[in-house]
Amino acid sequence: MTTALDAAITVDKLIVDRGRSRVLDEVSFTAAAGSVTGLLGPSGSGKTTLMRAIVGLQKIRSGTVSVLGLPAGTARLRYRVGYVTQDPSVFGDLTIQQNARYFAALYRTGQQAADQAVTDVGLADIKDRLVDTLSGGQHARVSLACALVARPSLLVLDEPTVGLDPVLRRDLWWQFHELAKAGTTVLISSHVMDEANRCQRLLLLREGKLLADDTPDGLRSKTGADNLEDAFLQLIVDAKVDA
Amino acid sequence: MSIFITLNTIGRVLTQIRHDHRSVGLLLTVPSVLLALLRYVFNDRPDIFDHVGLQLLGIFPLMSMFFVASIAMLRERTQGTLERLLSTPMHKLDLLLGYGTAFGLVAVVQATITTAVAYLLLGLKAQGSVRIVVLIAIFAAILGASTGLLTSAFANTEFQALQFAPAVLVPQILLCGLIWPREEMLPGLRAVGNLLPMTYASGALVQVGTYPHLTATAWRDMVVVLAFAIGLLVTAAATLRRRTN
Repeated sequence: MTTALDAAITVDKLIVDRGRSRVLDEVSFTAAAGSVTGLLGPSGSGKTTLMRAIVGLQKIRSGTVSVLGLPAGTARLRYRVGYVTQDPSVFGDLTIQQNARYFAALYRTGQQAADQAVTDVGLADIKDRLVDTLSGGQHARVSLACALVARPSLLVLDEPTVGLDPVLRRDLWWQFHELAKAGTTVLISSHVMDEANRCQRLLLLREGKLLADDTPDGLRSKTGADNLEDAFLQLIVDAKVDA
Repeated sequence: MSIFITLNTIGRVLTQIRHDHRSVGLLLTVPSVLLALLRYVFNDRPDIFDHVGLQLLGIFPLMSMFFVASIAMLRERTQGTLERLLSTPMHKLDLLLGYGTAFGLVAVVQATITTAVAYLLLGLKAQGSVRIVVLIAIFAAILGASTGLLTSAFANTEFQALQFAPAVLVPQILLCGLIWPREEMLPGLRAVGNLLPMTYASGALVQVGTYPHLTATAWRDMVVVLAFAIGLLVTAAATLRRRTN
């Protein structure tokens, strides 16, 4: 069990409404410091909303979200939390290096951190290219680099590997695990089930409800399924029977 | 707030503008071309050109910085960088002061070129100092940028942002004294004009055109323009929300 002390994220009975519809319905979980946690679920299940709540950008109806021991969105946390949105949000009319250095200035980590982050995402060779001229995958990596420059304690990544080639995806996952080994907590969303195997812990979200919070092995043995896709299906069926 | 972050934001915005050669070209040349056109419209009446052209030296930068700022801020929002910036240690005022100052610096170049063209090539004459004319033009440009940054908060698309331009700018142009003396307007319209910032930008320029020395009215008008600019920037910062739905 994770105790409150070594939990990097603690979400308790979080409810978020948008208009009349409930986007998150009493979601509770903890993520251990230095872990790689996968947030899985179909499009529209509330993954992005949950991540925004953790970063402190989402209006919430009730419940609590604490990050690194502080309420989510606290000013001091902004130095320690890196957030990569689903659509790459970087400046298209700046070069890769200019983007990274600007974000490094905001986090006060300096140009070396910026250049290191560009190297880490494999873009050092083309660092002087304008972002607008890059492919979709390269664009996403610039966005990732602009979060890595923060050297964050918590890295929140919203579907960062969509549209990337398999070799690069493997490299990035390797990098996420390296970051976690060095103490960074990584929360990463995906709707690709084969990526779930690479996480230490999985959260399954569907229609705003948390269906499961377990290890990949734990999920397989609990549902008796061979792969996570089937395990997820089984959980949905079970949830319907319960309801 | 952090001067370091604000300075880096100024640098970032200027780099973005610099990468867009066509916009730089348009920003720096269009006001001069329009003034030249006006000069020949009033070919036989240089006195009218002196009066109207001088006021336009303040109104053109105000308008062009309004457009640039409102589109720039809107793009920041639609491309997701605004939300991302608000998740960083950046203060909301760092962002808006960064924008306001960067556009103010662009305005220094723009106003210098336009004023030089007006005086040297088009023969514009004013009683007061040309330096004060440039200074008023820069203040007016900063005012235009703040107005644009604030109105972009109420627009969700570029299309809407463009609709705001006539709504926000044209009434000010009509009431500021450019096309008809304010003293001869209906008292109600004059009163509305008193509330609009462009009135003070063009008022200050009329003073500079009429008197060789800097009058108290001109000083007051310049202070009012700058106060409006800062007030609008702070209001724009207050309308930005970190937490949204």
